[in-house]
Amino acid sequence: MIAQLTKNERQVALLILLALAVVGIAMAAGGRHDPFGAHGALVLLAAIVGSFAVISGYYAPEPPESRLDSYYDDPSKAGIILAMIWAVIAMFVGDWVAWLLVNPNLTFDAGWASFGRLRPVHTSGVIFGFGGNALIATSYYVMQRTSRARMPDQLTPWFVLLGYNLFCVIAATGYLMGVTQSKEYAEPEWYADIWLVIVWVAYFVLYLRTLARRKEPHIYVANWYYLAFILVVAMLHIVNNLAVPISWGSAKSYSLFSGVQDAMTEWWYGHNAVAFFLTSGFLGMLYYYMPKRAGRPIYSYRMSIISFWGITFFYMWAGSHHLHYTALPQWVQSLGMTFSVMLLIPSWVSAGNALMTLNGAWHKVRDDAVLRFMMVAAVFYGLTTFEGSFMAIRPVNSLSHYTDWTVGHVHAGALGWVAMITFGAIYASVPWLWKREAMYSARLVEAHFWLAVGGTVIYVFAMWNSGIIQGLMWRTYNESGTLAYSFVDSLVAMHPYYIARAVGGLFFLLGAVIGLYNIWMTIRTAPQAAPETAADRPVLAGGAVLQAGE
Amino acid sequence: MFGFHYRLERKTIGLVLAIIGVASIGGIVEIAPLFTIHQTVEDAPDMRVYTPLELAGRNIYIREGCYACHSQMIRTLRDEVERYGPYSLAVESKYDHPMLWGSKRTGPDLARLGNKYSDEWHVAHLNNPRDVVPESIMPAYAWLSRTELRTDDLSDHLKAQRTVGVPYTDDMIVNAAADAYGQAAPDSPQAEGVVKRYGKATAVRAFDSRPGELTEMDALVAYLQILGRLTDAAHKPVASAEK
Ligand code: HEC
Ligand code: HEM
Ligand code: HEM
Repeated sequence: MIAQLTKNERQVALLILLALAVVGIAMAAGGRHDPFGAHGALVLLAAIVGSFAVISGYYAPEPPESRLDSYYDDPSKAGIILAMIWAVIAMFVGDWVAWLLVNPNLTFDAGWASFGRLRPVHTSGVIFGFGGNALIATSYYVMQRTSRARMPDQLTPWFVLLGYNLFCVIAATGYLMGVTQSKEYAEPEWYADIWLVIVWVAYFVLYLRTLARRKEPHIYVANWYYLAFILVVAMLHIVNNLAVPISWGSAKSYSLFSGVQDAMTEWWYGHNAVAFFLTSGFLGMLYYYMPKRAGRPIYSYRMSIISFWGITFFYMWAGSHHLHYTALPQWVQSLGMTFSVMLLIPSWVSAGNALMTLNGAWHKVRDDAVLRFMMVAAVFYGLTTFEGSFMAIRPVNSLSHYTDWTVGHVHAGALGWVAMITFGAIYASVPWLWKREAMYSARLVEAHFWLAVGGTVIYVFAMWNSGIIQGLMWRTYNESGTLAYSFVDSLVAMHPYYIARAVGGLFFLLGAVIGLYNIWMTIRTAPQAAPETAADRPVLAGGAVLQAGE
Repeated sequence: MFGFHYRLERKTIGLVLAIIGVASIGGIVEIAPLFTIHQTVEDAPDMRVYTPLELAGRNIYIREGCYACHSQMIRTLRDEVERYGPYSLAVESKYDHPMLWGSKRTGPDLARLGNKYSDEWHVAHLNNPRDVVPESIMPAYAWLSRTELRTDDLSDHLKAQRTVGVPYTDDMIVNAAADAYGQAAPDSPQAEGVVKRYGKATAVRAFDSRPGELTEMDALVAYLQILGRLTDAAHKPVASAEK
């Protein structure tokens, strides 16, 4: 990896690591009596390990000029492996907390092992660790291919990828130590947030620089989505995380906003984290890998445009559907509901566009589990957005809010859509990236597919049942006009569904473990003898590229 | 329209600006007025701030992720008002940086928990919920009673709170650590200052029944006992629910 950096890049890398080490030492010293200090030590450790790596390769010969004739894919490879490792860890934690709701005594009388601290490890681990790494890895791959240009340098992609993972590790270890802002999906504290901003700006600039080098006049649809993902996540992240630390030596900060304004800002962020992290980014993935794998162009260019701008505009209004019947002024709730319902249109246009793309390739869907992952993802995307728009209607939300129904909706989207499209994209790109003929075992891909589908269906049905039962029990009156059930009655009624959910989750987790093994074995098999295909190179004129307007 | 787009998608910067513009509108229209429209947050002249001990308890509540299972927001629905009490008003969380309204009720709502149970009940419940409610799936927090509360940085906490808009006085900031100790040690000399600074109604007692030691359990129980009681505003209008 270091041998691919130019001499100049190696020096810059060392400088960055030195700066990081200084920051780490300052944090460790300033926060001696605080988890902040532990994170300082972690940062220092990361800087030292990085420096050793750079120094050990420092005197390797410069990379040859010929490298510029090919795309730079090593960061994508690393990103995919990291994504799969995060997937297994974070889903394991997810299933563990699912079992904690079945048997709450598994906490070893220790703070770090209790539900409240482990749950954000799961949510951040899957969303940011698994999802984020997959997005970064695939976006590198896609932006180079669709621009027919190599990334402008070798250092920035590594800085973004590794810096981002440092953020994820700080976040997850922080939760275990009790460092959290408590804002859902924005739990990391101020210093981690600042670090993410730095990494994110580098990511954005890298994207722009690559696009600026493009040999295609048009920017392909997938890039619109990746761009929206990068830009809007930055906006959301910066505003929602505005906070005042209690001192420079403490992890703790207080949010700039309070009460109702904070609630609205948080759900403006939270819902659009769903929109621009869990939807836009993954739609970018879908728009590249599905047509590639199916060998068919995107069904409709116009539908792509309508859905892209529809999603980008409508989603930003919908956050208040998380606050129906609360102390938020009613006009904001009504706006949120209205836009959430309208949001169904661009969402279904996207899903429809994806499924119509498969027209003429359905025999491939039947035979190829990788393409089937993507097809099922598009179907679940349609289902989840329909469910979401339905749940955003105030009277429906009066039942679903606070219950497991929300958790069911979340995982229909998270497992059925986000994870499925990611597995599909990863299975498609691993042989391309490592220049192998195919995955090590097609049967294992098939096994993963069925475990994933089965696990998702069990999970979602269990939560639909428990959520609706819960919601109904809370509002049922008996004949004398008093509430019929105590809270504990509803708790007891959930028990069988919690077991079912944990079993479904175990299936899903098992699938991910098989996937990791399969990828590992693919990497270990001998590379393809055939030279790389002529089309998979930058700067070549002509050739079959995916082009907007097709 | 599609012709325009055909040209737009050839310009990186144009696309970037268009995305930022289109994505900004919703947030600006919905969030900015919440800061300027006065009716958004009701008036509550009787509202007091959290004492340092309660604030420390609130931070433990955040640290342990209690909000992942408990909401603090009673909606304007008949069954919620009957189960939990008068629906929540915006003003009640105006000093909450950040708010803890929550989004999931694995356990019951806690917005009106204050004074519902005795301190002893809370201590027993937190030590092991299943001792009190056999069906409970709430984690046990026994180590809170064994952990001494950190108070040396409480002044910093109050100062930061003041920076973000909570009206703590200089007096409160300087005496934060002493007040935290005093609130859980009724017979100590520090106890008087708490009442002086935070009002007569402030609960000054040994929350975990051990006045000598200041533990995290003291802080958390003090916080749980103040929930819904910083102001009476919610009890004043006859809380009529929407449904
Ligand atoms: C896994 C989810 C979970 C977590 C995390 C959790 N609780 Fe609970 N809590 C419950 C459940 C379920 C109940 C209802 C059964 C019972 O009373 O134990 C409950 C009940 C309560 C009650 C009694 C409420 C009433 O009106 O009867 C209090 C008080 C409480 N929890 C406080 C806390 C505090 C403080 C924390 C954090 C330190 C916390 N809980 C963390 C699930 C949770
Ligand atoms: C048209 C699109 C969608 C709409 C209108 C929508 C609407 C909703 C609604 C109404 C809720 C419940 C809020 C509450 O009562 O607290 C919700 C929760 C949620 N949705 Fe969606 N949804 C959509 C798509 C998606 C997708 C594709 C995902 C992807 C994974 C997703 C992930 C989530 C998450 C994570 C939550 C839980 C938030 C929380 O309370 O922590 N949604 N959504
Ligand atoms: C092995 C598979 C999984 C299992 C067993 C699992 C389990 C869980 C459990 C038990 C919770 C807590 C629910 C509660 O508080 O009642 C949860 C929450 C959550 N999970 Fe998962 N999960 C899995 C996979 C995923 C994936 C792949 C994603 C995202 C890509 C995801 C995203 C979330 C989110 C966003 C929440 C918070 C929901 C909310 O606040 O409403 N999960 N999960």
